[in-house]
Amino acid sequence: MHELPITENILEIAVRHGQQANAVRVKDLYLVIGQLSSIVDDSIQFYWDIISKNTICEGAQLHFERIAAQLLCLDCGQTYGFEHELIACPHCDGSRVKVIAGEEFQLQSIEIET
Amino acid sequence: MTSVTVVEQIMSANDSLAAQNRALLEASGVLGVNMMASPGAGKTSVILRTIEAVASSLRLGVVEGDTAAVTIDADKVISAGMPAVQINTGGQCHLDAVMLGNALPQLSLSDIDLLIVENVGNLICPASFTLGTHFNVVIASVPEGDDKPYKYPNIYRGIDALILNKTDLLPYIDFDIDYFKRGIEILNPDFHFFPMSCKTGEGIPEWANWLKERAAAYQNR
Repeated sequence: MHELPITENILEIAVRHGQQANAVRVKDLYLVIGQLSSIVDDSIQFYWDIISKNTICEGAQLHFERIAAQLLCLDCGQTYGFEHELIACPHCDGSRVKVIAGEEFQLQSIEIET
Repeated sequence: MTSVTVVEQIMSANDSLAAQNRALLEASGVLGVNMMASPGAGKTSVILRTIEAVASSLRLGVVEGDTAAVTIDADKVISAGMPAVQINTGGQCHLDAVMLGNALPQLSLSDIDLLIVENVGNLICPASFTLGTHFNVVIASVPEGDDKPYKYPNIYRGIDALILNKTDLLPYIDFDIDYFKRGIEILNPDFHFFPMSCKTGEGIPEWANWLKERAAAYQNR
């Protein structure tokens, strides 16, 4: 349920950037969300529909670009991803890894009408 | 239609308030630890044991995060003689930087060396909200099962220490410590591991010593 405060952040950022660009409406939001951010798209959409009412973002479409997690094995230097559960390096079984992708959590751009 | 480039971190508002909290703690010489766990892992028990073990050498303060206005945990800490502030999150599943920022002025920070922040019992949401504390500790417990680091990697990411509580139950529960530890090592190769039993006292001296060393290193920074 932490999606509500997160959705409020998204709205605040979108409204601020929309107003700066003299938007009368914000039509689309492009979000980039890494696999390691524990965010549920449907929950954000649910809260969005409620809290964006009576703002310049009302009715705006949310677009989620999901970035797969990529881990760099510090033992063998190869990268790998995982589906549901975290795993050790599938190449060498090493467990010293660094996250190189999948932590993204940003509002990339908005489409507006002026 | 016009496209406007934004590229703004969605958590940036929380993160900048967390930075203010950090600055306030540092100005008062307070080392802050964010303690996270699932409900029932033994957060409050660990904190009470920690108070007993370090109170002779460190001045402690406690911030208790709770989802409701139930002061059971805060009362226990206060009756152990420690200054404590309760944050009632009003049903929210985590503490955030705003809530901690509102709690800090209620404590006499210049009289505190180590501030323990007990986050809301949850393995998902607290991971998304930085508070401004200096380091993170997760308290896990044997009955939760050894697969949790693989299922909830986010909460275990970026932790400095892990307490595995309720080790007195190991004879009765299938819990593979090596498998469990490995799951945490994958994202935290240098984490400190403290098997502990608040019931028997096992592991408390080691944890207390580590905390005292952390606090001393911080004071001499």
